[in-house]
Amino acid sequence: MTDILAISAGLSQPSSTRLLADRLATATRGELGGEAAIEVVELRDYAHDITDHLLTGFADRRLQQVLDRLDAAAGLILVSPTFSASYSGLFKSFMDVVDPESMRDKPVLLGATGGTERHSLVLEHALRPLLAYLRAQAVPTAVFAASADWGGDTDLNRRIARAAGELAAAVRGRPARPHTESDSFTDPVPFEQLLHGGGPH
Amino acid sequence: MQFGVFTVGDVTPDPTTGRTPTEGERIKAMVAIARKAEEVGLDVFATGEHHNPPFVPSSPTTMLGYVAARTERLILSTSTTLITTNDPVKIAEDFAMLQHLADGRVDLMMGRGNQGPVYPWFGQDIRKGIPLAVENYHLLHRLWREDVVDWRGEFRTPLQGFTSTPRPLDGVPPFVWHGSIRSPEIAEQAAYYGDGFFHNHIFWPPEHTKRMVDLYRRRFEHYGHGGADQAIVGLGGQVFMRRNSQDAVEEFRPYFNDAPVYGGGPSLEQFSEQTPLTVGSPAEVVDRTLGFRDYVGDYQRQLFLIDHAGLPLKTVLEQLDLLGEEVVPVLRKEFDAARPAHVPDAPTHESLVQAQRHGTEGSPQ
Repeated sequence: MTDILAISAGLSQPSSTRLLADRLATATRGELGGEAAIEVVELRDYAHDITDHLLTGFADRRLQQVLDRLDAAAGLILVSPTFSASYSGLFKSFMDVVDPESMRDKPVLLGATGGTERHSLVLEHALRPLLAYLRAQAVPTAVFAASADWGGDTDLNRRIARAAGELAAAVRGRPARPHTESDSFTDPVPFEQLLHGGGPH
Repeated sequence: MQFGVFTVGDVTPDPTTGRTPTEGERIKAMVAIARKAEEVGLDVFATGEHHNPPFVPSSPTTMLGYVAARTERLILSTSTTLITTNDPVKIAEDFAMLQHLADGRVDLMMGRGNQGPVYPWFGQDIRKGIPLAVENYHLLHRLWREDVVDWRGEFRTPLQGFTSTPRPLDGVPPFVWHGSIRSPEIAEQAAYYGDGFFHNHIFWPPEHTKRMVDLYRRRFEHYGHGGADQAIVGLGGQVFMRRNSQDAVEEFRPYFNDAPVYGGGPSLEQFSEQTPLTVGSPAEVVDRTLGFRDYVGDYQRQLFLIDHAGLPLKTVLEQLDLLGEEVVPVLRKEFDAARPAHVPDAPTHESLVQAQRHGTEGSPQ
């Protein structure tokens, strides 16, 4: 089964960021066909849990469920509003509590919203470098939706379709992750190796 | 089974009065807590080691030596002794000296510390935390067991024909615990030597504790020290009690809300649900604590944190009264009844001397 998790960092309700996340999710489902299960999560619902994680160093159970779903997802759709020329603080706080290992090699479709199209490079200047740092595989097309895109006949639909196609292709082309990855708890570094300078990985 | 208290030694303003104790008051309060622990029938007092404000216990063996002179029965321990930034030669000497003064009522817990800046203050590099813990402890282990040591390692000057003095009391080194929240290398280290493993078990969900203890037990058996269920496990815990549960919650809430580590984060109720923190009646503390056994198995030592976040000494001493009168006697009875005969107690100086006489050092007692 192919699971896509869409994360919306929109704050208002209804939110144009959520709207863009839904459109990207629907288009991706269309590209992947019937086998794809797509779920949209709004970070607003987890804002307190995320802050608690920053303060205590661990996720509570409901946030851990989101982090586990993110880890298991075959691909991600990440959509943030533009705040002060960057992703929102809530979006970044969430990314700060995601295990970087969960993001490694993960196909990701990036989206952002803003009041005017003058903010559109937030995708390339803020979101894409963050994903590069996390060694995720951001697809080439990222989708920005300004207020004008929701009313006028801009080519938003075409950009959504192209981006969804790229995400679907990346997810299909991605080798299945082995189910039983060994970790340092299942396979600890033997002590003799630690003692003789072998060190932890 | 052993029960006791462990202290971080933080100097924190009391949020209900705004008053901050002086360092001197806090140090004397820690000593009063240790003496009271013995008076109410607890077995262990353990102090942390810190080298920066707002913490006072920078010199644990000085404090424990003083406590040794004022107690008869209490086991004096640490939580933790920094194996990364202390010279293992000095640890060997300090704790052997303490052993003699305390007639063997001494063990200690190795830890790496959680404060990055401490490393350079002692000429070390935080990026080498695990290798330092591994190499330094290996030297310490030898210094206590070999009268004359030749040594060459990465982190300190070589030793040629070195003898650390005094030699351990009765030729038996203090029992060592290794403490770590989430580094599998430390569980592996404890298992390799057949030492104890302690999980601080506070401020974190129990899943972390279970994962570390499981690894330690599995590797303890792998290294041939006994069955996994015979490994020597200690746990922390954090409690605040009043006879009436709701009184405990109301009194502790301002301390919780302002506390270092978790203050300003989750509510007291959420944190109590997510971590082993128990705020309530003595009966609730008994029930929760007995439940620890469900996920770590039969274990040997339970230490409680009762004196942080600015709680006044008087309140802490009342907590000790409740532990001694209503909690620990019940826990002792229940844990002992549940524990199979082949699961050993935590080693003490007496049991280690006995074991040495029978040539079984390194095996479970």
